Amino acid sequence: MSQFHNKVRPTKFPRLAAIGLAAVAIGLAGCDRDGGDPTRQIGAHPFLPTLQQYLLPPIRIARPLPWGNETPKVPAGLQVHALATGLQHPRSVYVLPNGDVLVVEANGPKPPIFRPKDVITGWVQWFAGAKAPDANRITLLRDTDGDGVPDLRTVFLDHLNSPFGVALVGHDLYVADTDAIIRYPYEDGQTHITAAGTKLTDLPGGPIDHHWTKALLASRDGSKLYVGVGSNSNITENGIGAEYERAAIWEVDRATGAHRIFASGLRNPTGLQWEPESGKLWAIANERDEIGPDLVPDYLTSVQDGAFYGWPYSYYGQHLDPRVMPQRPDLVAKALAPDYALSSHVAPLGFAMSTGVGLPASYHSGAFVGEHGSWDRTPLNGYKVVFVPFSGGKPSGPAQDVVTGFLNPENRTHGRPVGLAIDRTGALLIADDVGNTVWRVSSAGPTPKPAS
Amino acid sequence: MAQTTKTQKTPRVRVAAIAMRGHLLHQMLVPFSVAYFIAALVTDLAYWRSALVMWERFSVWLIAAGLVIAGLAILTALVDLLRGRQRPAWGLALTYVAAVVLSLFNVFIHSRDGYTAVVPAGLTLSAIVTVLLLSVIGSGWSLTYRYRAGASK
Repeated sequence: MSQFHNKVRPTKFPRLAAIGLAAVAIGLAGCDRDGGDPTRQIGAHPFLPTLQQYLLPPIRIARPLPWGNETPKVPAGLQVHALATGLQHPRSVYVLPNGDVLVVEANGPKPPIFRPKDVITGWVQWFAGAKAPDANRITLLRDTDGDGVPDLRTVFLDHLNSPFGVALVGHDLYVADTDAIIRYPYEDGQTHITAAGTKLTDLPGGPIDHHWTKALLASRDGSKLYVGVGSNSNITENGIGAEYERAAIWEVDRATGAHRIFASGLRNPTGLQWEPESGKLWAIANERDEIGPDLVPDYLTSVQDGAFYGWPYSYYGQHLDPRVMPQRPDLVAKALAPDYALSSHVAPLGFAMSTGVGLPASYHSGAFVGEHGSWDRTPLNGYKVVFVPFSGGKPSGPAQDVVTGFLNPENRTHGRPVGLAIDRTGALLIADDVGNTVWRVSSAGPTPKPAS
Repeated sequence: MAQTTKTQKTPRVRVAAIAMRGHLLHQMLVPFSVAYFIAALVTDLAYWRSALVMWERFSVWLIAAGLVIAGLAILTALVDLLRGRQRPAWGLALTYVAAVVLSLFNVFIHSRDGYTAVVPAGLTLSAIVTVLLLSVIGSGWSLTYRYRAGASK
């Protein structure tokens, strides 16, 4: 009569259960979770360990801590100071011909929730201070007396849609929103643009928009714009259909807005620059996550017209990624390895080629790379600006630390470097999206006067 | 005689098990989690055959929901046990707990990105969990049973 009765015999050894648990325990054994020495993964031939997959993806959050009286650290011969503070999640910087500095303040669209994991990821980013509201504007900083301290600060452009890249061609100012390139008329010395923008072309934006930043670079004759379009996932977990024309560098015709894929298979190309000696296009790219603390190294590479760089099917040439189905051996066969590895999970988001003036001679030829820093690696990697020396149009040595101190000894982040630019005097500008500051790194000693 | 009456009354004084209308609460929860875990095997098979991410997302939500329900079921069953109203039904309870622990591993594997979220480890775990649960399907899904069950009547 009672519903509390049941017919199960009081004891029955659950053999199946024991077998199942043993199988899982064996499967989990032997996971090496800590990353090795990052210097093994810097340069043309990085050490690539065996791929491993985790049960629990490693999450290593560096919690933010205000700068207070601290500043980033620079080696002897350089000095650093804050050009502007109190910004709202500055992601990139751009220098206009008259020396005015544009600071792009944006934090991307709200990511959708497809899986329980996406809920957790949201919490992690919030703890890491990456959940600031999206300001969607560009602030202008002007230093009229050349002392390195701006005396004018205005809202240059407002009500944008997750902007990142900026490029000026003549009097046309192009802003790469997350979903379109918009052109604005710009007059020399203008401090605020009120004119409505004109859309040049749509870019792959929502509804997912996993990698939302669109890097922008104009060709030197001004006829073309190059756009870095990141993938819509870590490794196609949103389906290959979501990756249409993504993980690629677009070439957009400035007159018509027509585009073609200049190069593909670059997971998230976040910075584009012309190498001054060779005149070639170079890019920084963020590689895939969740196959080990030392996989896959992020990189700096020259970008060849029509080339395929592996994502999602393979990395560093023909190293297959088993997480992609269906596979494409035909594409893997022609995948190029990038030129220069920056080591794993450093998250390069800022890229500036040295202009050969202003900074000490050792920085005259090479690339500055802003490494936003890892969130999924122990020990932490990145959180600094490095300099890769170039000679003959190619990297010619190991990356050197230029700006450090973003991470304190207790692994708290005062700031995280993002976009870089070289100002009119040759000084290096760094957007810091956790410290909400733009830093200016110049030669130690008297500040050089601007040329004009 | 008076003493005998007193001892017989003692169980009634104890706090009742967590139940509704004569059903243990956990007994009502367990079948939901079982259905979710087994459904995840079906959606895993669909993903394996189609590589459509929709099926993988079904699987991971089914397993996650199954775990939430299973957590509540185990919690209410434990309360019943700790209050001394019920005894564990060892065979079913251990098999069920093993299936839940495996599903906890499984939800993490299903949270990986791409094909290896399911094939082969996720699919295999879903299959093991299904076999475990089917092995006790005729039990009525009660993790506990009443003291002296089967002795009275």
